[in-house]
Amino acid sequence: MIETRPVFLNLLKIRLPITGVVSIAHRISGVLLFLAIPFAVYLLDLSASSAGSFEQSLRLLQHPLSQLLLILIVWAFSHHLLAGIRYLLLDLDIGVDKAGSRLSSWAVLVAELGIVAVFAWSVLL
Amino acid sequence: MSVYLLHGLRPWLFQRLSAIYILLFSVYIGYSFAAAGAINYGLWREWLFDPPNTIAVGLFVIALLIHAWVGIRDVILDYVHNTLIRVVAFTVVMLMLIASGLWSAKILLISVVI
Repeated sequence: MIETRPVFLNLLKIRLPITGVVSIAHRISGVLLFLAIPFAVYLLDLSASSAGSFEQSLRLLQHPLSQLLLILIVWAFSHHLLAGIRYLLLDLDIGVDKAGSRLSSWAVLVAELGIVAVFAWSVLL
Repeated sequence: MSVYLLHGLRPWLFQRLSAIYILLFSVYIGYSFAAAGAINYGLWREWLFDPPNTIAVGLFVIALLIHAWVGIRDVILDYVHNTLIRVVAFTVVMLMLIASGLWSAKILLISVVI
């Protein structure tokens, strides 16, 4: 057994390929969406209980802090959905080659940032 | 039943089937909101408690909980190696998902009871 084989685990020095960026972002966005579940159910309860609590749920969503969180959740949702479609296509053997998988990774990132930009624009104005 | 609660091909398949339902439901609710234009309490309740929509939302909740369980389970399996901490993490996640599911069921079933 060669003891001097390279061990390269300095995370700051690993240059992640674009497909790897989409992969780790898929995981991070999934965890964020999981954490959002109880808040979403709470909002569903408020919005469906009475006219007063419906208004309350709207006021909650319009609070500056929740607007920032909403932008984060919109990013997480659009990334997870778009990257998820990409993974389903990869399961079907569509775009598994190097060029195709890089191109679809860029397409996912550009589309999600477009969605987040449009949403943030509409929220912040 | 193993500590992983689902193993082999099943979690892989559940993850994808639930993903497809979540995707279709997202398109449907997105379309419904876009078609409705301005939303108020009356319109929202009318949409939510229209039986086909209530069923679609209920199935969405089930798909979401399965999807979240398999996903978070994979994350825990990858990063948490100590068996005891792993079981505690599984339990916390499972309780959170079951509580969210029961709460959603209560909200959706109000329309049936009342």
